[in-house]
Amino acid sequence: MNRAGGAAADEWRRTSSRSFVVGAILSLRNGGFPALAALVGTGAWKQGWAIVVPTLLAIGALTALFSYLAWRNFRYRLGDGDIRIERGLLNRTARSVPYERIQDVSLEQSLVPRLFGLFDVKFETGAGGKDEAHIRYVSAAEADALREAVRARRDGETAAAGETPAEPASRTLFAMDLKRLATFGVFEFSLVVFAVLAGAAQQFDFLLPFDLWNYREWIGLVAGPGHWLQDLGVAAQVIGALLALAALAIVGLVTGLTRTVLRDYGFTLDETAKGLRRRRGLLTRSDVVMPIHRVQALKVGTGIVRRRFGWHALSAVSLAQDAKAGNLVIAPFARLDELAPVVAATGFHLPAASIAWRRPSPRHRFDRALLGVIPLALAGFAASLLGSSLDAPRGTLPALAVGLLALAVLLVVRARFLWRHDRHAIDASQLFARRGWLAPRLDIASRVKLQSVEIAQGPLARRRGYADVHFGVAGGALRLRGVPLDEARAIRAAVLDSIAAVDFSSLPG
Amino acid sequence: MDDEAELTPLHPNYVKLVRLTALLFLLPPVVAAVILETRELLPRGAILAPVALLALWLVIRAPLRRYHARGFHMGTDRLRVVRGLVFNSDTVVPFGRVQHIDVHQGPLERAYGLGTLVLHTAGNHNASVALPGLAHGDALAMREDIRAHVKRETM
Repeated sequence: MNRAGGAAADEWRRTSSRSFVVGAILSLRNGGFPALAALVGTGAWKQGWAIVVPTLLAIGALTALFSYLAWRNFRYRLGDGDIRIERGLLNRTARSVPYERIQDVSLEQSLVPRLFGLFDVKFETGAGGKDEAHIRYVSAAEADALREAVRARRDGETAAAGETPAEPASRTLFAMDLKRLATFGVFEFSLVVFAVLAGAAQQFDFLLPFDLWNYREWIGLVAGPGHWLQDLGVAAQVIGALLALAALAIVGLVTGLTRTVLRDYGFTLDETAKGLRRRRGLLTRSDVVMPIHRVQALKVGTGIVRRRFGWHALSAVSLAQDAKAGNLVIAPFARLDELAPVVAATGFHLPAASIAWRRPSPRHRFDRALLGVIPLALAGFAASLLGSSLDAPRGTLPALAVGLLALAVLLVVRARFLWRHDRHAIDASQLFARRGWLAPRLDIASRVKLQSVEIAQGPLARRRGYADVHFGVAGGALRLRGVPLDEARAIRAAVLDSIAAVDFSSLPG
Repeated sequence: MDDEAELTPLHPNYVKLVRLTALLFLLPPVVAAVILETRELLPRGAILAPVALLALWLVIRAPLRRYHARGFHMGTDRLRVVRGLVFNSDTVVPFGRVQHIDVHQGPLERAYGLGTLVLHTAGNHNASVALPGLAHGDALAMREDIRAHVKRETM
């Protein structure tokens, strides 16, 4: 703790003085647009600069004042048993976060604080994530010191005089270079931008010179100023359509690439003495450390297309979670053989080639497929009844029937495929569950880290002799569906025996 | 294999409790049915008869069947809770994974001397497993028993 000279107990501290500038900039960003909108909306801007400039200055000054007051009234202290954080001028809040309850300390830098070299320190207590304690905007050294101090105190090493080395020995487990990042971006192809555009068009359609949603106007546009479109002939129209598709593809690619690069630029996963350390991000750089013993389960996921090229993603399930995602992505885009060492570093292992995979009960699949097909058959029947009484246009009914039939066949094929590919296995220390059709995923759970086991049966399952097995996982969920009842009981007995064999007190996390 | 051992039934008062709860729950629809019946919108008894039959089944027959579908088994190191008439569920919580324990008693439960034992685990699924219909004294004794197993969580 010597390094963190300021982190001594019983001493109130303030955040970096630069943080009030950052706060002012951020609140200007939030408050500036409404202020501008108010100026435009009330017509005040027509009065000329004499009104506008003082207003803007007043807004700036007020923001700065509030930001300064907020900074002035924010203080924190590392106590013996907890962190105390006090903030607020009129509504004063004093919070105490006991060290034992802090699952993890994460440092985050979004764009503006990054320009000032400041960090947002977040204490994750597993209290649902929304209302976590923050210390907003301290310098890099102070952030590191805070993190080390909390870790040391939590681990009960307060009195230890041991000089922790400034940069503990670490080993890079997984990193993505630019080439890998670009490949990843290509697979993250996304057309979400069109959804955003459509939403924006709906919001701001009053700005467009014509009614976007009125197709008559579109016909008018094509027939009038756009009539040359019709004169071009079939070949040109086909070329036009192809160009439109190409534009779509390019937009999708650019969106995917941009999002991926922003999120995962410089992705590095290190194994340190304190746990797995993940750093990533271009504009918002995040730095998360997860102690290995807190990893409760692993998930290996993939995508419909990327699976064909052998790409997989690995995430860790834990009590202290990544703020947004439900679990911490520790290798977003990797080959299976690259994943193996990462998995080993978390104390887990991938299923051995010789492991005995078990399938769900065929009755379960059959029943599920039947439950999907019956409504379709009923709908087809109803459609044919309605059609004969309502004399619908010719051709629609056969088309509808064929469509429903095709859907039913697809469901049956899917059920067959799922029965062949959904599977689970149990070995000496772990439980594996693989499920999914086009993008299958594999869940890996440690037997001793499961919290409870439930065998659940609906009315159908009871008659047909199968059951779902639900496992309580801290921070996640794991279930095996449609397992024959005897096997479900055997799995539960095996898991419970391994849980009971390990005392909780010797099992941190 | 004490997972499949004989289940302990709940306290017989649990049937009365479920009946009383069902009665309170059914009061508004029955009153509504009576009012509709007096308006004579449909032939006599067309509304009241089915509602009354359903209510009678829910008050007299269903609680008994639910009572027989429920049960628990207190093992040396785990608690098994079985419940559900239509959707059956059979949950086992090892004492070593219990985070904290509640004994809950509502006003109706108090009238019958019953209590509900709730075990909280760290899992997202089955975060809290409730076992209603225990004699309040038994619930307290079970809590002490389980607490003795839960070692202090060391971080």
